[in-house]
Amino acid sequence: MASFNQAGIRPVAISVDKPEVSRDLMQKAGYTFTFLSDPNVEVIRRYDLVHAGAGENGHDIARPAEFLIDSTGTVRWLNLTENYWVRARPGDILDKAKLLQQ
Amino acid sequence: MRKFNWPLWVGFLLALLAAFSYFAFFVQFPVTRDFPWVNLLLFLLAAILLFIGMRRGFARNRAHPTRSKIVTSFVTILSVVVIAFFIFAIFIAGRWLPASTGAPHVGQKVPEFTLSDSNNRQVSLNQLMSEPMEGKAPKGVLLVFYRGWW
Repeated sequence: MASFNQAGIRPVAISVDKPEVSRDLMQKAGYTFTFLSDPNVEVIRRYDLVHAGAGENGHDIARPAEFLIDSTGTVRWLNLTENYWVRARPGDILDKAKLLQQ
Repeated sequence: MRKFNWPLWVGFLLALLAAFSYFAFFVQFPVTRDFPWVNLLLFLLAAILLFIGMRRGFARNRAHPTRSKIVTSFVTILSVVVIAFFIFAIFIAGRWLPASTGAPHVGQKVPEFTLSDSNNRQVSLNQLMSEPMEGKAPKGVLLVFYRGWW
């Protein structure tokens, strides 16, 4: 987290979880970055990241995805994993963040 | 006259441990999560022990040959189911993800949005990109979409 701060990159987590659920998660895991709630899958749908029926009781949820966006709102790097168990590593993301150093 | 077929039971427990330890522990670390090599090694060890246990269980010098064969077959099949479930969950079910071909590409602008944060405060992407971090404007934002706990 400190290294993201140093790199000037603001991490933002987005899921269908309600704000209370995110607050619990942040407290338990000690996360201090922003967590956003998209319970109606609106933004997740706009980004074409809906995993239909994959949540509890067949609810739609987000598939795992990471986007590195520069200050103009342009995507500089993204990761759409093909396997749920394989994720981007913070070190790799920080490497890509060097693309944004101006 | 051998009584307790320890390789069979240790093999079975090891197979259970190999599957369980991934979800409970090894998933936390990228090196053991992205490819579950620790768990596959544990499964290999379990398979070797199960093989030895199976040979023992089917040996003619058992005290109760029929019972031994039934127990050995049952434990072996159960272990194979555990191993198959793990391989299926990680390498097959893990790939059941939408293609997301409409997701923003490199070089494209992402759609603006406003959502509630964990304190029920409305936050927009513009705000996230301009609000200072430690006194400086951020160079960028990392959007991390995740499945959540629902």
